[in-house]
Amino acid sequence: MSGDPCDRCEELLQDFLDRTLSDAEWREAETHLAGCDYCSRRYRFEASLRRYVKTSAIERMPPGLMAKLDELRGLDATA
Amino acid sequence: MSEPEPDTEARRIATEARDRARFEEEALSLADQVYRVARRLVGSREEAEDLVQETYARAFRSWRSYTAGTNMRAWLLRILTNLNVDRGRRIQRTPQTQPLEETDYYLANKLASAGGEQVLETDDVVERMSQDSVVNALSEIQPQFRDVVVLVDIGDFTYADAAQILDIPIGTVMSRLHRGRRALKQRLAEGAVT
Repeated sequence: MSGDPCDRCEELLQDFLDRTLSDAEWREAETHLAGCDYCSRRYRFEASLRRYVKTSAIERMPPGLMAKLDELRGLDATA
Repeated sequence: MSEPEPDTEARRIATEARDRARFEEEALSLADQVYRVARRLVGSREEAEDLVQETYARAFRSWRSYTAGTNMRAWLLRILTNLNVDRGRRIQRTPQTQPLEETDYYLANKLASAGGEQVLETDDVVERMSQDSVVNALSEIQPQFRDVVVLVDIGDFTYADAAQILDIPIGTVMSRLHRGRRALKQRLAEGAVT
């Protein structure tokens, strides 16, 4: 079961960025990335994509909602 | 055992009022972060506002069931996701036919084959996708996968928190997260490269 090293690196991508790889897997990915522009570009792309998804998806609380939530204080458990 | 002294009872009531006020303050300080997750779990701003209000109403009523010192943001989100599922308000924009899940390099490969391998070296390749397209792509992922992506990648919850919030095993969180992210990239590829 040798397989393509780039395929293997692709498999490790998400856990690499989540920092959930084992030490051995981490070294495996780092070693491959050090010599592979193709995978390095894709890893960098994935990292910036994640940041961009987060920035794009965050929407601030509408004005007025905080006051409505504040009014709920003191609600009775029996109410 | 005699009846509690009047001043002991008064002290107990005062302590409880203080604990409750502290709980409410802490919960309210998290409202913006709770809304941020809610907004991406439902289809509209109005629904998100409703959901957050219902969540806080329930949280304030059942404040005694919160264990001080534990993760209150996760506790609030657990209430919120349960309410959301109960009300059946989760975004259901998924088409009937689910296309095959693509691999993790899929979007990068699509962009590279359309614009050349060097395009991935440019800093703005990601920003060329509009923020709306990202939000739409997120809303089109199947709810069970999207919930996990929203909690972890937008809400910054750990796998363990997400598992607790959704009441699913941590291994399920990880597999749904991976599939959800791949599905997101697939949707983005459809919009970015046409």
